[in-house]
Amino acid sequence: MSNDVFVITEHLDGKFSDVSFEVAGKAKELAKALGGQAIAVVVGGGVDANVFASDSTIQVDDAALSQFNPEAYAKVIEALVKEKSPRVVLFGWTVTGMDVAAWLSAKLGVPCAAYAKDVRAEGGGVVVSCQAYGGKLTAEVAPEGETAIVACLAGSFPAEAGQGSTAATKIASPVDLSGLKMKFVEMLKPVAGDVDITAQTKLVSVGRGIGGKENIELAEELAAKLGAVVSASRPVVDAGWLPRTRQVGKSGLKVKPKLYLMLGISGAPEHLEGMKSAELIIAINTDKKAPIFNVAHYGATADLFEVAEAMLELL
Amino acid sequence: MNIVVAIKHIPSIADDLPVKGNNVDFDSVDFVLNEWDEHSIEQAVLIKEAVGGTVTVVGVDLIGELDNALHLALAKGADKVVKITADDPAADSHQQAKWLAEAIKGMGADMVFAGVQASNDIDGQIGPMIAAYLDMPYIGGTSAIEVSGSTATVSKEFPGGVGMKYAVTLPFVAGVQSAPKPPRYAPVSKVRQMAQTATVEKVAPSGEASSGLAFKKMAPPVVTGHAEMIEGSPKEVAAKIVELLKSRGLA
Repeated sequence: MSNDVFVITEHLDGKFSDVSFEVAGKAKELAKALGGQAIAVVVGGGVDANVFASDSTIQVDDAALSQFNPEAYAKVIEALVKEKSPRVVLFGWTVTGMDVAAWLSAKLGVPCAAYAKDVRAEGGGVVVSCQAYGGKLTAEVAPEGETAIVACLAGSFPAEAGQGSTAATKIASPVDLSGLKMKFVEMLKPVAGDVDITAQTKLVSVGRGIGGKENIELAEELAAKLGAVVSASRPVVDAGWLPRTRQVGKSGLKVKPKLYLMLGISGAPEHLEGMKSAELIIAINTDKKAPIFNVAHYGATADLFEVAEAMLELL
Repeated sequence: MNIVVAIKHIPSIADDLPVKGNNVDFDSVDFVLNEWDEHSIEQAVLIKEAVGGTVTVVGVDLIGELDNALHLALAKGADKVVKITADDPAADSHQQAKWLAEAIKGMGADMVFAGVQASNDIDGQIGPMIAAYLDMPYIGGTSAIEVSGSTATVSKEFPGGVGMKYAVTLPFVAGVQSAPKPPRYAPVSKVRQMAQTATVEKVAPSGEASSGLAFKKMAPPVVTGHAEMIEGSPKEVAAKIVELLKSRGLA
């Protein structure tokens, strides 16, 4: 066992995600406290890996890893963790990190703490704050054993602390990657045609509280009066009430408008990732304990339909 | 095509979540089907409708109230439902995944679906764990799965509307983000009919696994900021918001 901290970075189209730098910065702080090294792990070539403020960076280069492949990535990371026995393995709780972190935990029989908002060294190990239950409760957990996997929510730590220029050491895959059952076929770029919500200065954003497709019209009317465009949280898009191009959040788009008026969005961590930098956030929700009220600048515990209709009369 | 859908019964986050000791007070909360499970059930039924086969829905019965969710699954097109009679509301994802994997082992599944995540996945999601326990590959965040012969074409979502397509040889486990169509509606009458006529197969929990997490504390998040709350009737709230927007040149 070592006291090293692994940070499993992620990249798409030759570019690392913000969360990779955020977690790399955290890894450095943790490694220092634990008396180990912060080691950035880059799976796949085709990306400049000399960009982290880590003590060292390992880049695994293999043709099978040129695009994210959950099966191949999981195998490579498993082999590296087995070989180096880090004290902590940090992932982003992201579309790629989520494919590997819990799998690795079950595969190796080591603990995993997900939805992590913070992680700190304590008593030779780590304590993790997990933002569970849609952001309504925070669990403080201490992973037992010699290795802990921690999957961190995007936006939890400053990215600057993870940016640097440590030269990466390229290695070949530590495992045989022939005979994979998953094969990358193609990348599907977003279809153009709809409005670009990232380019809007004002958004009226609707959540599950809007209740049904038939009520989107009310949000559209309000948006039109304000010179805004309607965006949405994930459940609204998954339900087919608005197209995927309108989705704000982790699996959608990041927006930073001057106005983000939220109708019936509770503020799960996944949504906050996409909008918390908006200049003015106003939230209307019937649940006075909705986590969004901890983030919004202004809030009202009220029926969104009544407020929206009253606003229409005044505008 | 033999598709197994592993579901999770979780405390509802629509209501208050009281805490007892270092965990949720499970006696004081309602349990509901994980919202992503509705999508994984829909995805399974869509594949069955396209290429034939059976859909088996299996879940851990944590508090003796899973039948409602299973009857709903039948009304939406599942062929068979199984509950693991655990009676342990605090069972974590690792333990549930182990029980589910043991139950699924004998089912000869071509594909196993789970919801991509659940709000109480403090120790991670059951999907990838079931994959690890069954020694199958895992792919999560799926938005469409189509099957032809012994290969599935799986679309996985990435941020910003980007998608990746993979060809996956069966069997495998998928964490479903969304089905290509919104989950279908099952009329109450049909759910009721299932409750009266359907058989829920019972399986005893088998196998042990643990999250390895010691819970030190559970509490509402420490609030560093709070919205300035606008009080009053909906009309008054609306007036104040409009005034605020006008003062900032936003309306």
